[in-house]
Amino acid sequence: MSIHYVSEILPSLFQGAGLTLQLFFWTLIGSLPLGLIVSLGLNSKIKPIKWVLDIYVWLMRGTPLLLQLIFVFYGLPLIGVVFERYDAAIFAFILNYGAYFAEIFRGGLQSIDQGQYEGAKVLRLSYWQTIRKIVIPQVFRIVLPSVGNEVINLVKDSSLVYVIGLGDLLRAGNIATSRDVSLVPLLLVGVIYLLMIAVLTYILRKVEQRYSYK
Amino acid sequence: MLEVKNLKKSFGSRVILDDVNVTVKDHEILSIVGPSGAGKTTLLRCIAGLETADSGEFLIDGVPFDPAASDTSESVIGVVFQDFNLFPHLTVFDNIMLAPTMVLKKTKDEAKSEAEQLLNDLGLNDKGDLYPHQLSGGQKQRVALARALAMHPKILCYDEPTSALDPNLRREVEKLILGLKEEGMTQLVVTHDMDFAKVIADDILEVNSLDQANQK
Repeated sequence: MSIHYVSEILPSLFQGAGLTLQLFFWTLIGSLPLGLIVSLGLNSKIKPIKWVLDIYVWLMRGTPLLLQLIFVFYGLPLIGVVFERYDAAIFAFILNYGAYFAEIFRGGLQSIDQGQYEGAKVLRLSYWQTIRKIVIPQVFRIVLPSVGNEVINLVKDSSLVYVIGLGDLLRAGNIATSRDVSLVPLLLVGVIYLLMIAVLTYILRKVEQRYSYK
Repeated sequence: MLEVKNLKKSFGSRVILDDVNVTVKDHEILSIVGPSGAGKTTLLRCIAGLETADSGEFLIDGVPFDPAASDTSESVIGVVFQDFNLFPHLTVFDNIMLAPTMVLKKTKDEAKSEAEQLLNDLGLNDKGDLYPHQLSGGQKQRVALARALAMHPKILCYDEPTSALDPNLRREVEKLILGLKEEGMTQLVVTHDMDFAKVIADDILEVNSLDQANQK
């Protein structure tokens, strides 16, 4: 495992890691708000909303993400919805992670005491003011460890995009490994994943500390 | 003056309040006393707009109002809950300032100086930056009181103000409520403690069994 060889393949691995990180970033940007809205809907008293969202969550959690990627990229064009590879990947990831986040948030919402809503109500706060200022900050703190878990999963799940032909970190390593008949690229891939997750774990810890009030 | 006329409330087939009439006179204290399950908390919750009455009228100074309407920024009823319902993620200051800034649209500075004044009056001047879990029960109650007062309610309601506290704090609560009365606050106190009610109240409404709730 010469330094020379490592420096030769690293650029392509970093390129793959770049795609992994982009996918990661946009998925979070889309799926966290989606999960929040869906979780509010899951707790809604309006039954049809709840039913539709229940089916959505069931579909997303009930089928492999790999299958969902294939359906979005190869299946949706059959009914006239065509995505670029990259957009298809982000779309599928947002839908999938949105469902998981919704379930996590739903649990968090249910753990908020009814008294908090009543306290807000007699102070004349509106529904959205109550959600924004009272409920979300408390739910946020409760769900942070579970969300962190999903976030870390997302980094590794993003490797599934190889199935629609996108070149992420793992795929870059795979290509180098089969070309050079060497495990070194995959070893490096493992190290890069570990580093990314070490950084994420550190950030998540900091966020947890920042938002703890006990 | 708060008047409640012919208030009816049932949950399913269980009649909780049947034709209840309540009057709280200005600057006075009305205590609603009765055993648990007699519907006194339900009565308070109807007045506070947390339950919707089946029928009945609510008048403040002779003008009808809807306790459950949340679209008004006019604050009629303030509530100090039995277990206070402070917001655990906010400091004492933020607990008090939240509604004045968000609902009454006061500036932060205005709300803050009012909050400081309230905390001073309640002997909590050094507690503003603490979180609720860092306070004792009695202190929490006073913060809940300050939070309600910051909205300048016309009537202040308490649900069992002595029950979540150490028995020897009862005197403190009495002083607190009577002190507010001196300042002209109109108050309604729900309690199961008749002795406590006798000390503080100008008028007592006994709710024994549901249908014979009558103001003496």
